[in-house]
Amino acid sequence: MDHLPELVQQAREAIQAADGMPALDEIRVRYLGKKGELTALLKGLGKLPPAERPAAGERINQAKQELATELEGRRTALAKAELDARLAEERVDVTLPGRGQPTGGLHPVTRTLERIESLFARIGYDVAVGPELEDDYHNFEALNIPSHHPARGMADTFYFDATRLLRTHTSPVQVRTMKDGEPPIRIVCPGRVYRSDSDLTHTPMFHQVEGLLIDEGISFADLKGTIEDFLHAFFERDDLSVRFRPSYFPFTEPSAEVDIECVMCSGDGCRVCSHTGWLEVMGCGMVHPEVFRHGGIDAEKYTGFAFGMGAERLAMLRYGVNDLRLFFDNDLRFLRQFH
Amino acid sequence: MKVSEQWLREWVSPQLSTQGIADQITMAGLEVDAVEPVAQEFTGIVVAEVVEKSQHPDADKLNVCQVEDGSGERVQVVCGAPNVAVGQRIPFAQVGAVLPGDFKIKKAKLRGVESRGMICSASEIGLEEGKSEGILVLPADAPVGMDIREYLDLNDHTIEVDLTPNRGDCLSVKGMAREVGVLNRLPLTPPKAVEVPAAHDERFEVRVEDFERCPRYIGRLIKNVNVAAETPTWMVERLRRSGVRSIDPVVDVTNYVMLEQGQPLHAFDRSNLHGAVIVRLARQGEELVLLDGQTVKLDPATLVIADENGPLALAGIMGGEHSGVSTETRDIFLEGAYFTPLAVAGQARNYGLHTDASHRFERGVDPELTHAAIERATELLLSICGGQPGPLNEAVSDVHLPAPREVTLRAGRLASALSKQLDAAEVAEILERLGMAVESIENGWTVKVPSWRFDISIEEDLIEEVARIHGYNKLPVRRPAMRMALKADGESKSPLSRLRRHMVARGYQEAITYSFVAPELQRTLLPDVVSPVLANPISADLSVMRASLFPGLVRALEHNLNRQQTRVRLFESGLVFRGELDSLEQLPMFGALVCGARYPEGWSGGRDKVDFFDLKGDLESLLEVAGDVASWRFEPGSHPALHPGQCARILHRGEEAGWIGTLHPAVKAALGLKADAVLFEVRLDALSQGHVPAFKPLSRFPEVRRDLAFVIDETLPVEALRDVVRGEAGEWLTEVGLFDVYQGKGVTEGHKSVALGLTWQHPSRTLNDEEINQLVDAIVTTAQQRLNAELRA
Repeated sequence: MDHLPELVQQAREAIQAADGMPALDEIRVRYLGKKGELTALLKGLGKLPPAERPAAGERINQAKQELATELEGRRTALAKAELDARLAEERVDVTLPGRGQPTGGLHPVTRTLERIESLFARIGYDVAVGPELEDDYHNFEALNIPSHHPARGMADTFYFDATRLLRTHTSPVQVRTMKDGEPPIRIVCPGRVYRSDSDLTHTPMFHQVEGLLIDEGISFADLKGTIEDFLHAFFERDDLSVRFRPSYFPFTEPSAEVDIECVMCSGDGCRVCSHTGWLEVMGCGMVHPEVFRHGGIDAEKYTGFAFGMGAERLAMLRYGVNDLRLFFDNDLRFLRQFH
Repeated sequence: MKVSEQWLREWVSPQLSTQGIADQITMAGLEVDAVEPVAQEFTGIVVAEVVEKSQHPDADKLNVCQVEDGSGERVQVVCGAPNVAVGQRIPFAQVGAVLPGDFKIKKAKLRGVESRGMICSASEIGLEEGKSEGILVLPADAPVGMDIREYLDLNDHTIEVDLTPNRGDCLSVKGMAREVGVLNRLPLTPPKAVEVPAAHDERFEVRVEDFERCPRYIGRLIKNVNVAAETPTWMVERLRRSGVRSIDPVVDVTNYVMLEQGQPLHAFDRSNLHGAVIVRLARQGEELVLLDGQTVKLDPATLVIADENGPLALAGIMGGEHSGVSTETRDIFLEGAYFTPLAVAGQARNYGLHTDASHRFERGVDPELTHAAIERATELLLSICGGQPGPLNEAVSDVHLPAPREVTLRAGRLASALSKQLDAAEVAEILERLGMAVESIENGWTVKVPSWRFDISIEEDLIEEVARIHGYNKLPVRRPAMRMALKADGESKSPLSRLRRHMVARGYQEAITYSFVAPELQRTLLPDVVSPVLANPISADLSVMRASLFPGLVRALEHNLNRQQTRVRLFESGLVFRGELDSLEQLPMFGALVCGARYPEGWSGGRDKVDFFDLKGDLESLLEVAGDVASWRFEPGSHPALHPGQCARILHRGEEAGWIGTLHPAVKAALGLKADAVLFEVRLDALSQGHVPAFKPLSRFPEVRRDLAFVIDETLPVEALRDVVRGEAGEWLTEVGLFDVYQGKGVTEGHKSVALGLTWQHPSRTLNDEEINQLVDAIVTTAQQRLNAELRA
């Protein structure tokens, strides 16, 4: 009993000297375990006179308590040190790149076509597609371009034989849609078109998006409103100036070319806009009654408008691409720029 | 169409700058492509006369000239041009002059002789492209001392207009002036119309056999014409500013009148005409040597001008070589005709020709213009070449001339088309300004269309004219009111956009390749396939339609490999074209190609190259996008472009839907590719077909798993084994996993060990060992019987 202070002192020193969990555990067993030295002291209490027992018991329990606290403190410290050591060891260089497949990307033309589709989808336009190898009737005749028409120049149409050709525009889809459905018709037709032209500013294949709206009471004002809204949305500029210039397409009347204020120089004049401050971006007009006739739609009851634009041209303006031919080289160094 | 601003202003001159006119007509639908000065910048060049010429003492090819330049003193100048001669009036650059290109003229000594100025050629003052031969000789009446810019009216611009095909009426100074007049409410001041009195009464016989194609033909014989006369400078200049070269005075006059009035004319040499001038269709087998020297076989649908010996000219397109005016010509037969657009349309193109005349006739030449134009030409011709004109000899069929058109415009239709109620007076005034006779009717107008407007025949044409002159940009803008209707979205289909994005997420770049490919490339990849061939390809290597996405993907790979891009992952979607034209399929396909390292070069190991299973994994993942994976199968197959041991036919619901495989080494060698590539292509319609998910309740009972390893012949597809398992494992089988394929020690040569993990689960009870054992026994027995598969101990 008299050696309790020494025992406690001894235990304390042992705890402080313990260098790991197993050592610490050993100490706990030695002093506080069932057969531990302090437990033995408690067991020896019976040998004391009854009057001394409570005070002695309290001292022993207090000592046990103290040692338990000490042990716990040491355990926590050791655990923390152990964890710290592991964490230090597990450290990685977080600036190293991640593992796995990097993301690819859509072709800029697809990106552009999808943007155009989705802008129009929000106001109720469906997407319609058609064949690319077309016949004379759908590509020309039904669009009010009879065979003798000057717009028919063999020069820019790819032919297979006298009547079959690669569509020169997406407009044939208009006629097919009219024949298959009833107004109201609201469609956009994205797709590949072909013209036998190849130089700095022409590729023999490119992409167009055609739009068509037919309903009762549609006017030129609706056309202007739709086009203006679209161009503002596409270029994300509500103050972009848009102008409508009279033009001629056999399948629309009145017809217009649409110019926007040059997006490269804000209309001040630069090389891109040939110093005019304006860029021609699309063609449009009210559906010609002859086209309605071919489409089987009553031109007295219904009116409508159509518009068409070149996806590459819009992509070039939007992303600042300066060479049309890059679109079809499929050079990864080009494609990767449109992620 | 090019027009000189000064020429235009003679007819109508609004208070607008050059650019002002260009902007105004552009916004009226006559798009101006370019406005260019007719001569480059230069100063200090005057008209001078060569008064003396002598040989340079020290140079054979140089002359020493004395010129009189209006300064009162003779100026000495050394000139190297061979054509310089005493008495000539020439453009003379004085000391201090600045020529185009900022070339300053200074006092100089040429081989020891002082020279103070320079006698200029046409190209030196920017009047001719390239290098002129010799100096420019001016007319003898050019006033000495006058600034050459003033003398030649060089302070002028050429306005180049890109006319749309409906506006054939604007293909002349007169037509452009008409339009400018309309826009500015100004009257025209044309040259005074003349009727040249006949100086003799000889008529050359004209016989029109096809009035339908040629409702009017006028001829006039002009005798004793001096073809050697010089075309006056002012005319040469106006022709030049319109993009037409001066040839000889007769041709120049016909061109000039065409440019001024819009009426193409033609002159024949009288001595080469026999019997009569006959307007008829060509006959089978006839040939004609054209003015440009080429011989054409005539098509019986072509209208010709002939005489009793045969064809002389392609009507409205081009004259013949033999009947044309030459230096020997004395008497000419001048032709002015109205050929209908249908008679000329397409004909020139059939002969590979496109001429100023055919361009105009195809679009419509005013049938009421013929007289005035031929009179104007006669007047000009006489003033240059002299001669005695005969009377006009006209063959005309009134019934075949275009009938006067009347078109009605309803006020209500106009207002609803434009969403604007225009003032009735403004509408009538616009139409009148356009040359229409307007009659107001109840709720609208009826107009008579002027003879030069071939593009106006229906109400919409008038709506467009009113809108155009009123100004498109003054018309209202609104958003369409729409009847909104929801539509089913087809949830079971995966839209292309989702498939594309899936490939993007798996590291692919989208490619867009041409739909036409090189025939050799396609033949190498797909020797047996037929696809349409273009009749007029842009080049031989873009001449057949692709029957597969493989050629385009392989070409794109090649492009990138040649540019040090060695890790290539590409996909493309688009139509392929299969079969003869009459049984053609235009199939939407989806394809991809991988080549190079599996992962980009990095710090964490793995320099492995991609193989078949990388691409197959991506394709399987793509099939899962649509969701109906069970409807797909891969089976060993053979495809000419693909490695026979690494090639699978892809089946969708039992039908062939595509191919996947490693590029055949022989094909790779034939194409000169330096890396292996794996490709697939699948029909898009199959790929996008999935199903709407259908819920099955989750089972609360435990799963049972058994692992079975079979030894099978190494050539046997694992899929066959899995089929047996699926067939025999009963309805509670939920999964057949494949966790090992092994060949080597412990497995008989020529065989492979395939380890499968089978999982069962019952929805409403616990499965007991006994029933699972029975199923396993059935599987083992069937596998043994059908596939000779041994369960591995």
